[in-house]
Amino acid sequence: MAAEFWVIVEHWKGRVSQITYEALALGREVADQLGASLHAVLLGHNAHELASTLGKADCVIYANHPLFSEVVAETYAEALVQLLKERKTRSIIFPLTNVSLGAATLLGARLRLPVVNFCTDIQFAEGKIQAHCILYGGKIESRVAAEGEPTIFGLWPGARPADKGFSERRPPVEEFAVSLSEPAIHLKKYMEPAAGDVDITQQEVLVAVGRGIQSQENLHLAENLAKQFHGAVCASRPVIDQGWLPLSRQVGKSGATVKPKLYLALGISGAPEHTEGMKAAALIVAVNTDSGAPIFNIAHYGIVGDVLKVLPALTKAIESRKGVGSHA
Amino acid sequence: MNILVVLRMVPDVVEELEIAPDGKSLNLEFARMVLSESDDHALEQALLIKERDGGTVTALALEAPEVDEVLFAALAKGADRALKITGPKEGVTTREAAHIIAGVISSEPGLKGADLVLTGTQAINDLDGLMAPLLAQELGLPFLGIVTGLVPNFSARVALATKEYPRGVRGEFEVALPATFGIQAAEKPPRYVPVAKVRAVMKSRKIDCVSLTETVEPGFSLLQVLEMTKPQPSGHAEILEGSADQTAGALCTILAERGLL
Repeated sequence: MAAEFWVIVEHWKGRVSQITYEALALGREVADQLGASLHAVLLGHNAHELASTLGKADCVIYANHPLFSEVVAETYAEALVQLLKERKTRSIIFPLTNVSLGAATLLGARLRLPVVNFCTDIQFAEGKIQAHCILYGGKIESRVAAEGEPTIFGLWPGARPADKGFSERRPPVEEFAVSLSEPAIHLKKYMEPAAGDVDITQQEVLVAVGRGIQSQENLHLAENLAKQFHGAVCASRPVIDQGWLPLSRQVGKSGATVKPKLYLALGISGAPEHTEGMKAAALIVAVNTDSGAPIFNIAHYGIVGDVLKVLPALTKAIESRKGVGSHA
Repeated sequence: MNILVVLRMVPDVVEELEIAPDGKSLNLEFARMVLSESDDHALEQALLIKERDGGTVTALALEAPEVDEVLFAALAKGADRALKITGPKEGVTTREAAHIIAGVISSEPGLKGADLVLTGTQAINDLDGLMAPLLAQELGLPFLGIVTGLVPNFSARVALATKEYPRGVRGEFEVALPATFGIQAAEKPPRYVPVAKVRAVMKSRKIDCVSLTETVEPGFSLLQVLEMTKPQPSGHAEILEGSADQTAGALCTILAERGLL
């Protein structure tokens, strides 16, 4: 029997997450390298239909239980511990998103298995399954191998295009019965975000500010620039956490995913949590004092400089080009 | 009603990071160490709970450069006790750190039996696991991560916790206490404490020290770092050179040529 290679299927609110297909695309490559069989592990409640979209896998292992209505790390870990007692796998890819975060570590801790976080790629090389990881906010890359199998890989979004992990083929489904204990954690309700004044996902131009904007008082500089484009101001996490802009303006892991024609990243370092929400923008311009900031690795144009100087200068230059500068 | 906050020092990524000669680790000798950002939020959340619902806050950290300043700052902000675990090796991994910290929590009077164990949801160097679920497993406690709001009802032994999901959606969870939480962001931004107040606390208060009770054998993390490198510039960004006015002018021309103005 061929060795197995697993991808944990992340699904939320009735839909399979994009990262699941990204993980399947990557998993397919590695499984083929290993000569292994790719299995998608689907933990859900009345979620059998979701398996039909997982045809990139050779097989879907499906466990149906009411406690899988929501992703609770403890419950997932408990189920996977049971599955690992019955079946063997060489590796497990776990999505590293807000929905699933923590479950991979918990499983690794329970079974004393190696966990590799922050993976952007996985390859079979030099006789080992190796991961490429991004650390320190994108400032350091690392190649990592695990000691022991199965290895649990926490995968960042964007490892492969999601469409490469999708297939029309209906895979065979193997049902797996689980017996779960009553969890100490219960979801009571979801709270949808308050409707924002602006839907940043619909804007053609976004002026995004990060820590480099320094204070709430400086936000008007970004607003002035956004007006020139009839665009909107959005932000990375530190600005939202400070309460300078509402949650509806956040781009990245916990916020929105945007694809504007122009994304001006001002004083944003480019940590993976932010870039996963904006890297598909058609044109990215970054301004940062740190020439080594990871944002310059995905930007099309960059200015190494102080946002508080470049921002007003750019607004002024645009006003001049439009012919309104002389009237200001 | 005891609240325990686990704090970790990480290299400041605003500074240039250097890779050690072995090519497999960071050169920490020249790194400026700062409190992990989400741990700062965990401390703030603990202090907010104390002010709102009572209880005591203990800040706990492994010995590391600059950690005394961070622990004194925690006292100055309102923590009741600061505890430093001495003796860990330099560059300890998250999995190793969790094992060491859990050992101290289990053995140190006043720490065992904490109602809430809070720490940051994720640190920039959590390569071999996240601290909160690792601690939860070691301590036998429930775990919830990516928490942005926490309201305990100590008498009922439950807490209402808000977890962040994508697209601004949040989930409200009921969690049986005691429990471990990975804090993403506190309900309010971390408070500022004047340097003068920290200095005053340095003179009037002390950091309790405890030697590590659990050692970690080589290979405990189960990972082997084969190579560490700085990202190679992809050559993607064309850098515009010159003064603010010059670069702004050049960018303006580019945007106009692309029909964006």
